[in-house]
Amino acid sequence: MPRFAAGDRVRILDLPKTGHIRVPDYVRGAVGAIERHCGTYANPEELAYGRPDPARVDLYRVRIAQAALWAGAPASDELDIEIYDHWLEPVA
Amino acid sequence: MMICEGEAGGDYHALMTEALHRLLLERGVLEPADVDRLIAQLSKPNREWGARLIARAWMDADYKARLLADGRAAGAELGFSIKEAQIIVLENTPGLHNLVVCTLCSCYPRSLLGQPPWWYISKTYRARAVREPRAVLAELGYPLPEGVRVRVHDSNADMRYLVLPMRPEGTEAWDETRLADCVSRDAMVGAAPARVIWETVQQAASDPTQA
Repeated sequence: MPRFAAGDRVRILDLPKTGHIRVPDYVRGAVGAIERHCGTYANPEELAYGRPDPARVDLYRVRIAQAALWAGAPASDELDIEIYDHWLEPVA
Repeated sequence: MMICEGEAGGDYHALMTEALHRLLLERGVLEPADVDRLIAQLSKPNREWGARLIARAWMDADYKARLLADGRAAGAELGFSIKEAQIIVLENTPGLHNLVVCTLCSCYPRSLLGQPPWWYISKTYRARAVREPRAVLAELGYPLPEGVRVRVHDSNADMRYLVLPMRPEGTEAWDETRLADCVSRDAMVGAAPARVIWETVQQAASDPTQA
């Protein structure tokens, strides 16, 4: 059962991790809404190093207002980005 | 080997790749034919495969609905075996423009479209497409009209993306082959509109079956 559903508000975490991380700096700390649950996939943070049986994790697309990322961005514009479950926290 | 601009150490990696390749051949781990086969396999997918999906979607509303619901399954319908986990199809409309970028590397629906264009891999595009997509599009010769919402898709993980551009005006009577000619590689990442190209118009004019 995925932790989030479409429309849920989430914050992208800034975890102190190194290695094959798929969360670019520019979205860390940003708040957005779940656009969809994409399914579960082998965690790339383990997969990239050839670890046997990498954990499967939920993947979501998160929609963020461009104005929340970049000062002066048009209010109409948005960014969609894929984020794994352990990089998200719920926002009340 | 592809070396991107500002990629320090590119020579080192090219040299190491070459050395490893030779060692594998010398020791019989790899046959030259294996490498040729893999390169041929990687080079086979191309713009025309994606363009066929787009042209079919323009002609057939039911197919379009299936393409938007599940890009992989819709590709399989036309005989394309898409290897990526999912293809998310993004429909451009008069009010919404979708643009695809992979800020972290060069994720691209390679099993359908082949290798991405050089500029898609460039650090400049990757950095700027998320930060100032309108400026990037204008520089690519595609300034967006006022009132069009821009949605950038960072293709940073397991999904892959295909933009469904708007059908060009004046192509209502065209068949699927000529429609597919309007769909450039760049249009399928949202970096260009679908366009009627002059050669296609000339062909149509000289062919009485294409009024």
